[in-house]
Amino acid sequence: MAKQYKTLGDDIWKNKVEKINAELFTLTYGSIVAQLVKDYEDFSEVNKQLEKMGYNIGTRLIEDFLARSAVGRCQDFRETAEMVSKVGFKMFLNITPAVTNISADGREFSLVLDENPLAECVELPDQALVDELWYSNILCGVLRGSLEMVQMQVDAFFVTDTLRGDDITEIRVKLVRYLEEEVPAGED
Amino acid sequence: MNATHSSSSSGGSGIGSGPLGYGNAPTCYFVMIGTKDNPIYEAEFIAVNTARSSSGGATIPEAKKEEFRHLNQFIAHSALDMVEDIQWSTNQMYLKSIDKFNERFISAYLTAGNIKLLLLHDAKSEDAIRNFFNDCYELYIKTLLNPFYEPNSIISSAAFDTKVRLSAKRYL
Repeated sequence: MAKQYKTLGDDIWKNKVEKINAELFTLTYGSIVAQLVKDYEDFSEVNKQLEKMGYNIGTRLIEDFLARSAVGRCQDFRETAEMVSKVGFKMFLNITPAVTNISADGREFSLVLDENPLAECVELPDQALVDELWYSNILCGVLRGSLEMVQMQVDAFFVTDTLRGDDITEIRVKLVRYLEEEVPAGED
Repeated sequence: MNATHSSSSSGGSGIGSGPLGYGNAPTCYFVMIGTKDNPIYEAEFIAVNTARSSSGGATIPEAKKEEFRHLNQFIAHSALDMVEDIQWSTNQMYLKSIDKFNERFISAYLTAGNIKLLLLHDAKSEDAIRNFFNDCYELYIKTLLNPFYEPNSIISSAAFDTKVRLSAKRYL
């Protein structure tokens, strides 16, 4: 099962995706974060803004993902996790984080990134280490936004980050609830 | 250019005073100077590789060390003029030995962004110094890639410092 996702992801990355220079991408993201830090000066606020930006990206990204991968519905949350890591991350960032720590009820999982293209050559200033800046928090927003568009409300947050001196970079994703189709406001 | 001289000499009272017979201490002084003649990084290395037996073997007293530091800055700054002269005559980045002060040499390396890497040293092989400069240049480029680093500001990263010292141990 996992094998088919992996081959699907590799195949899409090789054939159907346009690529850009990785350094350009890293430097662009870096300057976004540096500018936010300068503007807000409060690192928890920067985290929130990064997450909001990610949310906006995610709501649009899911369409692109579904169009390119043409996959059907996932049977359960576990499958969602595999899909996100092997196909989603592979398609957009060319990395495959490992899915670990799946909870007993299958409603939570962790993504462990062994390399993070957003954070190449980055060193956090000392104040950011004291004040809990999650540099790649945009990824959490993307996860939340894209999964919300497919009827899953999730909570995504960083647990550890190599930029802050931890051993691994880990994102925890928790399913809050499945969203029911709601009648748009104004219609009865 | 005169302004920089006064800034370094105001810090130390002993520039002109003490005797210049300190040359037994085989130290190298490395400084990176930004585009506005501002030092962005400096370090001193005790060169273990040069087999110089210092006379007396006594450790240099602290007061003299301060003197050396100020004198080193002074020498480096006065060498900046030479760098600016020579940089127009060659298209090499490594400018080799550009100046001499008593028995000490000053080598320079000019980066594409007009950052000057200066090394004060006793007689040493040109290749070793060239390798050291190349290493430092690559470390500097990595620092520039860090979005939180302001170009032309002081490099305070401990990781950068460790790596420069490691490179110095290897080549100098």
